[in-house]
Amino acid sequence: MNVIPALPIIIPLLSALLALVKRGSILWQKIIGIFSSLLLLLISILLVLKVANGSAPLILHTGSWIAPYGITLVVDMLAAAMLLLSAILALAVSVYSCGDLDEDRFRFGFVPLTLIMMMGVNGAFLAGDIFNLYVWFEVLLIASFVLLSLGGKQKQMEGSVKYVTLNLISSALFLAGIGVLYGMAGTLNMAQLAEFISHGDSNSSAALSSALFLAGFGIKAGIFPLYFWLPASYPTPPASVSAIFSGLLTKVGVYALIRVFTLIYVQDVEFTHGLLLGLATFTMVTGVLGAASQFEIRTILSFHIISQIGYMIMGLGLFTHLAIAGTIFYLIHHMIVKTNLFLVGGVILHLKGSTHLKRIGGLYKERPLLCILFMIPAMSLAGVPPLSGFFAKFILIVAALKAEQWLVCGVGLFVGLVTLYSMTKIWANGFWAAQPIEQNKIKPISNGKLFALLSPIVALSLITICIGFGAMFVFDFADRASTLLLDRSFYIDHVLGGYIK
Amino acid sequence: MDWVLATLIGLLYGSGLFLMMRRTLIQLIIGLGLLSHGANLLIFVAGGYGRGNAPILEEGYKTFNSLPADPLPQALILTAIVISFAVTAFALTLFLRTVKSTGTDDVDTMLEDNT
Repeated sequence: MNVIPALPIIIPLLSALLALVKRGSILWQKIIGIFSSLLLLLISILLVLKVANGSAPLILHTGSWIAPYGITLVVDMLAAAMLLLSAILALAVSVYSCGDLDEDRFRFGFVPLTLIMMMGVNGAFLAGDIFNLYVWFEVLLIASFVLLSLGGKQKQMEGSVKYVTLNLISSALFLAGIGVLYGMAGTLNMAQLAEFISHGDSNSSAALSSALFLAGFGIKAGIFPLYFWLPASYPTPPASVSAIFSGLLTKVGVYALIRVFTLIYVQDVEFTHGLLLGLATFTMVTGVLGAASQFEIRTILSFHIISQIGYMIMGLGLFTHLAIAGTIFYLIHHMIVKTNLFLVGGVILHLKGSTHLKRIGGLYKERPLLCILFMIPAMSLAGVPPLSGFFAKFILIVAALKAEQWLVCGVGLFVGLVTLYSMTKIWANGFWAAQPIEQNKIKPISNGKLFALLSPIVALSLITICIGFGAMFVFDFADRASTLLLDRSFYIDHVLGGYIK
Repeated sequence: MDWVLATLIGLLYGSGLFLMMRRTLIQLIIGLGLLSHGANLLIFVAGGYGRGNAPILEEGYKTFNSLPADPLPQALILTAIVISFAVTAFALTLFLRTVKSTGTDDVDTMLEDNT
């Protein structure tokens, strides 16, 4: 039995336990956090290399109970890519947190909580049946609840209340969808479900469960009109927390949407994916307009998560080979860039004591290096060539043109333009404009801390540049992953290989 | 039996959602509880219920004589109950802290303080 697919779950679990044992020592906490993320990164690179050529997905039948009876872990190309990205983000944030967080947050368990959350995220990417997906969602949610409210001031608590409530509603909807699906198909293994639905006539139970899943995952992913919790809660915690949330959590929702709407619900594409496309359009527009109206860097960035989610869902809604490849490319680009921008926002908070654009300024004179580090992810987010965001948007726009969806295509281009506007707004007010007279008094940060803050930003910016210049290579990967996602029998046959149908 | 359970589920969902739209946190949490009960009951009903023998093969047999009861919905519901228990406990703690730090349990007043 090949246990490698289980390692992305086991490593964070054991390290979290170890970190709890070593609770007294903050140094140990930091070391455990960094080393376990490093280990996760190595494992996920290994997994990506194993599946990258488009050969069979890695499958682990836990306890040797073959699918559909046991708990199945499946690593296909999409899951492997997501694992790799989340490991990169975990490593970046665990280094960054050494400079960012106060000792109290470490003492109250920042490291074990982050690791438990990573376990939940990785479990969700690996889950081969839909009930396990639910359980992993709950694991990552409860860890994220605590992370979000940890050491909370008033505003942070209010954000947490909204976040917790909306996510619990989403879980209840998801669970109801599972109930309906089980009643219809008598199985919860995704491969078997896919097979069941493709053989049976499309009926009302399938439609009902797909609607429940769309609403449940939609809340988690932050798509229109269910995103209001996101800008209320993401800007409130410290940068380390909001950076990893912004990179990972909504993307788990997007991943779940991609999984169920490419594997299971493909019977009535015109309706389901048409609906997704419509929602994507509204998500893009409302998100970016929200961002344009804000003056607080972290709130602007949070609204941009929403509009970017819109692009990813747009690719899923178009549901052509190229569009799905575009969505995967967008995921790869977006997770790195968005986390990076939140990290830069955190540095600005440390340097200036505020992230409100009307209270800061003069960063261009004081910290020229930081300007470059902000410019790279910001321009990439806006889609300026040759950075990663340009290619991500380009693929999706081409896919929309080929599918003759003119409106969506136009909206995509328009949203890109407004994104550029709000990035230049941050640039003009925060970096170029002179510092307003009323300056917040802040403690200068030591060079060691500054190194911990800046090195992950440098690393993530380099990755962004590499994705931009190596776009062909990344696109090849996304293209193959898309082929495998759309070839449903590939997934079904490999997962159910040992089971006589 | 079906319509009784269906009405009950509807009632649980309806009253759960109604309570969640109220302004105080304590009603919000009771609403959340009702909502998750509704979902659990939905799994129970959708999974099919009725009399059946325990799904254990008698010695020497390879198939069941009569259709056994499906044990899986109970297992799913049990898992979901445990999860919602833990989550509700956490939410209660969080809401208590929120009430202490904001001085109000009214969601609307909280928002006004915010601006």
